[in-house]
Amino acid sequence: MENLVKNTGQKNNQKIVIAVTALNAIDSPGPGVAVIRAIRECSDFEVRIIGLAYESLEPGIYMNDLVDRTYQIPYPSAGTDTLLGRLVQIHQKEHLDLIIPNFDAELFNFIKLKDKLLEYGINTFLPEMEQFEARDKIKLYEFGKKHGLSVPRDKLIYQVKDLVEAAEQIGYPMVVKGKFYDAIIANTAEQAQKAFYQIQAKWGLPIIAQEFINGTEINIAALGDGKGNTVSVIPMRKLYITDKGKAWAGITIDDSSFIDLARKFVKITKWRGGCELEIMQTSDGKSYIMEVNPRFPAWIYLSAAAGQNQPALLVKMAVGQQVTPLIVYETGKIFIRYAWDLITNIGEFQKISGSGELEGKKSK
Amino acid sequence: MRLKKNIATSEEGFIFNPSTGDSFSTNGTGSEIIGMLKDEKTLQSIIEAICARYDVDQNQFERDLDDYLSQLKDYTILE
Repeated sequence: MENLVKNTGQKNNQKIVIAVTALNAIDSPGPGVAVIRAIRECSDFEVRIIGLAYESLEPGIYMNDLVDRTYQIPYPSAGTDTLLGRLVQIHQKEHLDLIIPNFDAELFNFIKLKDKLLEYGINTFLPEMEQFEARDKIKLYEFGKKHGLSVPRDKLIYQVKDLVEAAEQIGYPMVVKGKFYDAIIANTAEQAQKAFYQIQAKWGLPIIAQEFINGTEINIAALGDGKGNTVSVIPMRKLYITDKGKAWAGITIDDSSFIDLARKFVKITKWRGGCELEIMQTSDGKSYIMEVNPRFPAWIYLSAAAGQNQPALLVKMAVGQQVTPLIVYETGKIFIRYAWDLITNIGEFQKISGSGELEGKKSK
Repeated sequence: MRLKKNIATSEEGFIFNPSTGDSFSTNGTGSEIIGMLKDEKTLQSIIEAICARYDVDQNQFERDLDDYLSQLKDYTILE
């Protein structure tokens, strides 16, 4: 009963203990820090935030005002058993109510483990494996074709010689993409080969060769309840794009076609949790889905700033509270990312590196 | 020729299109014209108002206004 009360978030003065991954607030940032910032901003509940980090230099580990305590967890390649073992160990100390994983590469393991985690009283709010896999980059074109969504043509590449056939079908320029991250625009066969080897070395096979679409980049952050309902949608136009293609500044926009597109996606997939639709809008107004990321984007704090705090809504749904879908948001809200030199001491670095744990300021 | 309903403007000549996220700056006369378009004034009344207020050749202003409206249309600011 204790767990039940705790899990539904009904207990007064009880902090919800939330573990969050992707604390790598670097130039190609993970969403963890933005997710935590949004959750902390919600006054409807009290939280204790547990950071889950893969590397000792993830900046979020040292952001003491945001993260109460951080634990290192094993890399996704270590498998689900190792991950579960570590999470149970952390749970014994922290009594986790909820885990919000935010890395594409770790989601497979967390989705696999979600029933087992629930047995320990740890909630997640993740898509089913089927939903997760349907929007995978390597299946996205077929997914779009099946559901009447525009997706650029693509071809999976397992060996460099397959690029020739891909070029015949797709032409140049083409976009050479890794299965999890990275995308390089190639204008020639030589550039495509170079991109293939570069991405293969980092992310393995297959590589995706995708038709290049020229246009305006729009990203949409959406939150689904798992029953086909969209709880929140925020479309954002990128205003400043880094050399890695990441938005360094963006603005919320008011275009119902993007809202409808996100709702259609959530309805088709019965998506549970946060996701990001990466859209390219051509000059003739056609919208192509370039990618669907199965988690909140790094710019998700903008959703809170615009009046729809998606991470907080996810927390409420995950602990069993009813939420009302939000419609209204503020357009013209701008985020501008910045770099900041956070200073810490060797002692802190040593703690997280040596013992795999680091306590934040708040809980001291 | 009407300004799209959701276009935000300021007296300083700042124009924001919330559908696309684009923003623009226009000069004082441009700002006056935008204001009149917002009030759903006809082209003829805009021409008369500007020519009455400023020392400008009407033919020249009509050509300039035509250019300006084409730009606003290209930027999807007009309906």
